[in-house]
Amino acid sequence: MMLRSWLLLAPLLAVMTFIIGWPLAKTVGVSFTDAKLIGGDVNWVGADNFARVLGSGMFWSVVWTTIRFVLISVTAEFAIGLGAALLLDQKFIGRNLLRALLILPWALPTVVNATMWRLIYNPDFGAFNALLTQTGMIDSYRSWLGEPGSALLAVCLADVWKNFSLVTLIALAALQSVPRELHSAAVIDGAGPWSRFRAVVLPYLIGPLTVAIVLRTIEAFKVFDIIWVMTRGGPANSTKTVSMLVYEQAFSFQKAGIGASVALVMVLVSSLLIAGYVGLLRRQGEFR
Amino acid sequence: MERRSLPFSIFIYVSAVILGVFVLAPLVWLLIMSISDTNDLTTLPLRWLPQTLDLHRYAQIVSLAENGVGIAFLIALKNSLAVATIASLGGLAVAIPAAWSVSRAHGRLNFSLYVVVATYMLPPVALVVPMYFALSAMGALNSVFSLAIVYLSILAPFTTWLLKSNFDHVPAEIEQAAMIDGARLDQILRRITLPLARPALTTAGLFAFLLAWDEFFYALLFTAKDSKTLPVFIADLAGGRVADYGLIATAGVMASLPPVLIGFFLQKSLVSGLTAGGVKG
Repeated sequence: MMLRSWLLLAPLLAVMTFIIGWPLAKTVGVSFTDAKLIGGDVNWVGADNFARVLGSGMFWSVVWTTIRFVLISVTAEFAIGLGAALLLDQKFIGRNLLRALLILPWALPTVVNATMWRLIYNPDFGAFNALLTQTGMIDSYRSWLGEPGSALLAVCLADVWKNFSLVTLIALAALQSVPRELHSAAVIDGAGPWSRFRAVVLPYLIGPLTVAIVLRTIEAFKVFDIIWVMTRGGPANSTKTVSMLVYEQAFSFQKAGIGASVALVMVLVSSLLIAGYVGLLRRQGEFR
Repeated sequence: MERRSLPFSIFIYVSAVILGVFVLAPLVWLLIMSISDTNDLTTLPLRWLPQTLDLHRYAQIVSLAENGVGIAFLIALKNSLAVATIASLGGLAVAIPAAWSVSRAHGRLNFSLYVVVATYMLPPVALVVPMYFALSAMGALNSVFSLAIVYLSILAPFTTWLLKSNFDHVPAEIEQAAMIDGARLDQILRRITLPLARPALTTAGLFAFLLAWDEFFYALLFTAKDSKTLPVFIADLAGGRVADYGLIATAGVMASLPPVLIGFFLQKSLVSGLTAGGVKG
């Protein structure tokens, strides 16, 4: 019986060993060497790479940019996503149509989304500039992605537009799982809207919503494609995130050792988030 | 339900309109760019509606003219279809036996699912350098097939996770009855379990397809010229010297059609897939 289980698990175990486990272990190995991406001698350098990474101002500024990206995007996705879900839980004409429309940003490929917003932000002919100028909100066209002051926020908006609907769809499913009788009972008991929300709706909402937020945080922390397409980390490194730094060190500068050590620091932080996520799913009984 | 007051009703409709405009405006603009004459897109003040309907870019993007953008687009389209199909079918082939095995072990193998979830969420930068070394040493860079194998690192854990809870809903009693009648394991899976779980298999396969269709990081690093996938092609087009914004928009619209259609098809099972079983939808 147990033997059969393991035989059936064998293909998955092979994938996890050879395509995930082995590269991960090898990344640890590479991070202690001065390996180049292509050719050259490979020497053991001990913890030198880590010392250089952790001692560099660039690393910490990239970490700070990543944290700001995560905080701004995920907070906005949470706020807009929850607001939209509460709205779609009401009865109104066109509700089903609006709910179906929310699939669109989610289904749009990330690179297409990034490209679309790049065109919208275009400094010479973009729609964003045109809209703000024609409504009198700004006087002259600006380079939203070309100025360090606005680039990160502009990228965040593009990310929020694509990903808030994930929060909405998850929260909406949770809202609709609240039994109608509970609502009516609370109304009969004379509970106002706010106390009804707190006592009846919130207990159903909090679990799924936490799952959505942690999921988005893990994803946002890894962010690469939207930034690569929209700004390549610029201007003046103002949108360079940890994943971009790994890409730059390992592939643009060919310093595989340094790149691997940055990646490992990132894995450590991710692991904490992932452990939190798995703990959440476990508490909600996903794996019973 | 309580009756709504008039101001609250107005508030609901105003919010609904704002949300609808927020979602649709960028997409509508992408469509308009793809059918506008280049002059309309580069006048100041900007003309929001094109003066003439210009569909030439849709012909251009699929034209077979030599060294044209159409050829490059069609090759990328073919590569994306191939990678996503191979990787999602491969993911299912790996995940079906694993998910069934965990589901029928009544909790004894559940620890393996935690490992599965954790690996699926690892940042790709943690694996990419050794993968590059290995593919380069084997001469397997720039191949659609290698990229599909790399994608298994995401899709195999993901589909296993998605399928496990679905197999839990297939009653084990039917399988046991067949076993008593002398059916072999492969017969039971093929004739009983998989047909009963067919909707879940379709859903898991389509989700895997979407993930592969969307993937950019590995594709950017492991493909070149004739093995580029659509996301890499579009990023190239947008980052290159193409001055025709409308053409970039057209490529974006075309690349979005398959995932948008799949997205609408998946509407009902979307929530369970978004969290890969984390929330029962």
